[in-house]
Amino acid sequence: MDDSRPAVITEGLQKHYGEIHALDGFDLAVPRGIVYGLLGPNGAGKTTAVRVLTTLLRPDGGRAEVAGLDVARQPRLVRRRIGLAGQHAALDEILTGRQNLEMFGRLFHLGGKRAKLRAADVLDQFGLTDAADKGVKEYSGGMRRRLDLAASMILAPEVMFLDEPTTGLDPRGRNEVWAAVRSLVAGGTTVLLTTQYLDEADQLAARIAVMDGGRVIAEDTPTALKDNVGGDQIEVVVRAAADLPGATKVVARVAVTEPTAEEDGQRVYAPVSDRIAALTEVVRGLQEEEIAVEDVSLRRPTLDDVFLRLTGHHTEDKGADAA
Amino acid sequence: MSTMDIDARGELGSARMRWALADCWTVVRRGLTHLIRQPSNIAWQLGFPIVSVLLFGYVFGSAMSVPGGGDYREFLMPGMFGMAMAFGFMNTAYLVVLDSSKGITDRFRSMPMAESAVVTGRGLGDLIGATLDLLVLALTALVVGWRSDGSLQATAAAFGLLLLLRFSLIWVGVLLGLAVPNEEAAGNLFAVAFPFAMISSAFVAPSLMPGWLGTIAAWNPVSSTVTATRELFGNPVASGGGWIEQHAVLMAVVWPLLITAIFLPLAVRRYQRLSR
Repeated sequence: MDDSRPAVITEGLQKHYGEIHALDGFDLAVPRGIVYGLLGPNGAGKTTAVRVLTTLLRPDGGRAEVAGLDVARQPRLVRRRIGLAGQHAALDEILTGRQNLEMFGRLFHLGGKRAKLRAADVLDQFGLTDAADKGVKEYSGGMRRRLDLAASMILAPEVMFLDEPTTGLDPRGRNEVWAAVRSLVAGGTTVLLTTQYLDEADQLAARIAVMDGGRVIAEDTPTALKDNVGGDQIEVVVRAAADLPGATKVVARVAVTEPTAEEDGQRVYAPVSDRIAALTEVVRGLQEEEIAVEDVSLRRPTLDDVFLRLTGHHTEDKGADAA
Repeated sequence: MSTMDIDARGELGSARMRWALADCWTVVRRGLTHLIRQPSNIAWQLGFPIVSVLLFGYVFGSAMSVPGGGDYREFLMPGMFGMAMAFGFMNTAYLVVLDSSKGITDRFRSMPMAESAVVTGRGLGDLIGATLDLLVLALTALVVGWRSDGSLQATAAAFGLLLLLRFSLIWVGVLLGLAVPNEEAAGNLFAVAFPFAMISSAFVAPSLMPGWLGTIAAWNPVSSTVTATRELFGNPVASGGGWIEQHAVLMAVVWPLLITAIFLPLAVRRYQRLSR
């Protein structure tokens, strides 16, 4: 197979449910060998996109290719080259971890002996050997997700789809899953990761596509996306709310655009171009005006800022329930 | 591990058939492993028929009469077997809905396994479970004094008819399991299963019911199976004399085939529509 060809390509993908356009001209190109983040609020179409790419849903229009194969025309071949770990760990609760993996290994047509060997391999790889013979019912949330990842790794897939793999996990479980994802990519697998968590995409993904309303509205590296929002922001928190107009004037001297002051608050912030000069200037100005402050800080834009800028709403906002 | 040799094997027609059988067996093994890891489940599942044997056989039994004479407990036991088979579709529906809500169905569908195995494996596994159910119930029946007076062949044929009814209801269970949204809703199917099993000849002869209800009960597929097994076991039959009751053995074959002919395609179609 041509190694330079993207691992996932979609062109004008459509999926409708009555009036709801879950996918509406969805275009994507995921390069091989990286973690690719698909970011968007609830209802943006992330899960629908993953379900089409993993052959679970037939698209209504457009084209999708995974590992060089057309998902609508060659679904059986696609299924041999992908792994899927969804929002809930798709495991048999009554079976042990090992029994689960051996069953999936047999269904991947490894045969009994190889299924056993491979189960032991992936249990070891995901640090589950000690818990292998316990019922999945007794596993923690993080362990379940790891077992779920292990199950989708049995055939060492070319492309791994992770649909919100850390939703509902505590920080420890989240770190466990992140470590597992990093080791996947180190082994040469391409990972398409959907998430609502900006820091997760920031931590793991080499490139990010931002989705809204069933299509990609921005695509770049995390750094470039943040740079496009504008540079750093300066933020001043005054001690007394009465001083806010004075502080806003000081900030306005260095700001690239009009500063934003919180109504009835103590906080004002604005984007700046030269971070150090701006900081010096603002601190001196505040001293001259004798304004008492709680805090003066510079901060880099977060992906949340990117999101707000691109979509006009924060990531927590719920969209149409089409995911 | 080579992905290539799996591709080559998977795309040959005869190999595909072999894998379909192997995958079916893997899914059946899963169900059997459940039985081994949770043997108490059988006890729960059979609790209701066994408690019913005690309730109807001993608590109400003395007040029950069999038209045409005969021992009520002899009359009751084939009814119990029939009821256990009739309730079986709830079990199928529950397991199907559990697999969808846990995402296991989606995992299977995203894997290169034979698609048919999800359904055939479920069906074969449920039949094995039903055979175990019948075995436990038959032993209970023997303990309370029930006997088959029929020949060995007739007795085997009776158990065969019971399993045929269970087989046909698997597809009803799969269809309902795919149609209901969650496990709680599957539990509510009891409201359908209860009258389906009870408004039949299982406990009381339809001829003792009010006319219209008796007609419904007599034409209930459960009744045909129960009446046919009473004939084959040589137990009291208490036939009301209508056409449907006189052709019980025939109808105990026709009803399940009819149910299968209707619900198997519907269940398969519903499964295929998951990709919509």
